Amino acid sequence: MNISVLFAALGGAILVWLFLLQRLKTKPWLEQGVIEEGGAVNAAPQRVGLWVFLAVVTSLFGLFAIVYNMRSQFPDWRPMPDPGLLWVNTGLLILASVALQRARTAVAREDLDGLKPNLMAAGILTFAFLGGQLLVWRQLISGGYYLATNPADAFFYILTALHGLHLAGGLWFWARASNTVWKGLESRPVTEVAGVRLSVTLCSVYWHYLLLVWLILFGLLLST
Amino acid sequence: MAYVAIADRDHHLHDPDTFITKYIWSQDHKVIAIQYAITAIFVGVVALVLSLLFRLQLGFPDTFNLVDPNQYYQYVTMHGMIMVIYLLTALFLGGFGNYLIPLMCGARDMVFPYMNMLSFWVYLLSVIVLLGSFFVPGGPTGAGWTLYPPQAISEGTPGIGGGIVLMLVSLAIFIVAFTMGGLNYVTTVLQARTRGMTLMRMPLAVWGIFVATILGLLAFPALLVAAVMMTLDRVVGTSFFMPEMLSLGRELDYGGGSPILFQHLFWFFGHPEVYIVALPAFGIVSDVLSVHARKNIFGYRMMVWAIVLIGALSFVVWAHHMYVSGMNPYFGFFFATTTLIIAVPTALKVYNWILTLWRGDIHLRVPMLFAIGFIFTFIHGGLTGLFLGNVTVDLPLSDTYFVVGHFHMVMGVSPVLVVFAAIYHWFPKITGRMFNETLGKVHFWLTLLGTYSIYLPMHYLGILGVPRRYYAYGDTDFIPASAQTLNSGITIAALIVAAVQIVFFVNVIWSLWRGPKADPNPWRATTLEWLTPDTPPKHGNWGPNLPEVHRWPYDYSVPGEKEDFIPQTEPPHAGVAAGRDHGVHH
Repeated sequence: MNISVLFAALGGAILVWLFLLQRLKTKPWLEQGVIEEGGAVNAAPQRVGLWVFLAVVTSLFGLFAIVYNMRSQFPDWRPMPDPGLLWVNTGLLILASVALQRARTAVAREDLDGLKPNLMAAGILTFAFLGGQLLVWRQLISGGYYLATNPADAFFYILTALHGLHLAGGLWFWARASNTVWKGLESRPVTEVAGVRLSVTLCSVYWHYLLLVWLILFGLLLST
Repeated sequence: MAYVAIADRDHHLHDPDTFITKYIWSQDHKVIAIQYAITAIFVGVVALVLSLLFRLQLGFPDTFNLVDPNQYYQYVTMHGMIMVIYLLTALFLGGFGNYLIPLMCGARDMVFPYMNMLSFWVYLLSVIVLLGSFFVPGGPTGAGWTLYPPQAISEGTPGIGGGIVLMLVSLAIFIVAFTMGGLNYVTTVLQARTRGMTLMRMPLAVWGIFVATILGLLAFPALLVAAVMMTLDRVVGTSFFMPEMLSLGRELDYGGGSPILFQHLFWFFGHPEVYIVALPAFGIVSDVLSVHARKNIFGYRMMVWAIVLIGALSFVVWAHHMYVSGMNPYFGFFFATTTLIIAVPTALKVYNWILTLWRGDIHLRVPMLFAIGFIFTFIHGGLTGLFLGNVTVDLPLSDTYFVVGHFHMVMGVSPVLVVFAAIYHWFPKITGRMFNETLGKVHFWLTLLGTYSIYLPMHYLGILGVPRRYYAYGDTDFIPASAQTLNSGITIAALIVAAVQIVFFVNVIWSLWRGPKADPNPWRATTLEWLTPDTPPKHGNWGPNLPEVHRWPYDYSVPGEKEDFIPQTEPPHAGVAAGRDHGVHH
């Protein structure tokens, strides 16, 4: 475990280093006048904020994955059954991600007719995924796998809950964007249309990311 | 360019018009900064009073009887946790980070003002939950600030009822607040700098706060993971950390968990946390030294690199807190090595501070005194860190007063001296008034000498082998009677230092009402925050036009110039470039 954390930390450090290296080599005391910084992060602050947030979430889930791995080595670990419903839920989440991606392409083309159904589908599929996860919980509980039964079960509940909470947070932004879209974009000022485009784009990034997290978590659950 | 698009974009600046939107539900970074600072200092004072209570017990064991053994542990725990997280982290990042980042980068506000406001209110909630644990049955947790399981949630430790749960919940809430603030600080530094303000033209204070925030964003999740899992162990009865164990002759339902796992998680957060507190202090002290020595900071690039390098290394040293927990000898060797390597960039910073002072035109004003005091305390605390970083030296010294002396010197006294330096340094800008110089000097000298008389003797006690975390020592063979005399002396020094802080509060409050009006740039500094059209800066900071940056922030005493400082906004003019090539620059 220590080794994997080490590699993660070193990898992160190298990335930061590469990102900053060019600029860190300048000699600011010799340069005067306005410098237009080459290669500055040319993106909306929301986009940068989202990426920074994804780094934080990566740290959170990454640490959970490491701890999961470490704890599962102990002799008291009793592997959990893998409910078949999880495959269905995974499919739903993949479809949600696809729908958002299509919504994103539609909004980039300013194609409102393509945007609405895809945006709606993404939301419904996500809600269905969350509902499906709750169903899995119920199945497990009726099978006698409680939170405190075994660390394997406890990890399953925590990880699915945490992942679901992050999706629910995403749904809040999805709802705000959808609300604006359904009130009708035609009569809106340009800035608001651009805002919706940004929201949909960032939602799709976030959904893809959470899909990736889910696939990794699911793989982790299946492997133990 | 990114910054043009953001800085000059035509967005509504959430203009506050009522008292409530101006001072309570404010989205202005300066107001939020002050809210953060006042809250943090308030809990800091609570933690200070707690330390006096248990110091009275330690210094005079049978005299006062203010605390019983349970309360002793509770107060020690709360003192540590409050000071590290709720005071220092919140004050440096929520307080100074909020105030300085937009002003020093030339932005009108943070990029997400609403989230910034939420950050403070969620932080306040975490403080209320934390202090609430004093009022639940059984009181706050007494597990020690590291909250090690299994003892943190086992019978016999005070506060295993509501206390420990509220502590863990409060930490989780704090992490949410910090994440909201941290996203703002990082994104603002990356995206909202004004025209000409390149990364390598940022003052080191911003660099320190920026990198510390990144550390916090990546390290706090480890604490969150640990807090969530321990809460479940305590409340639901899972066994993440709890091993099979007997408690008071009774077998518990727990089984199979790993307490060491918690220690890894805790210190994977805990060691970067040291630098979350230290890096902003490094940055701020660099700026204060440069301004008051009227010299450019020595080795600006090296200083930036050192900050980044220290930040990266701080993630690979955590297990040096766990030498006595038992580990593979090769791991001990590895962590000892990384720990000693981190001393290299740190020492580089210390040399550069001293070389900045070398032949400088030093003005010993109050902020400068505190900054120089920091160099002393930090060298002392840092050197004892080299002792403790070595496994063989650490083992006998572990859990003694040597450790207490070390970490109070390096991450208690040192950052607090920088906090004072920063408050005195920016007080004229924040309030528009000058503080009283004499009171400030009294405050400095008594604080510096007082804290030395508290913590230096602790190193000696530690070498004697006096263990920490004891309510009373009684009679032992290895602790001589003189050690108790020393302990009483430490307590008296602590009382004096605490009393001296009243001078500080009197100075601040008196100066707020009666202090002479401050010049907009009393220290003749170059950085943007001193160049605002109003003092204190108004909402939006800059009036109609954003400043435009033409040079780095350390143009002090440039040869051939009339003034001994050139503001960052001053366009280039002839004659300077020649001077700087063979002038003060190296």
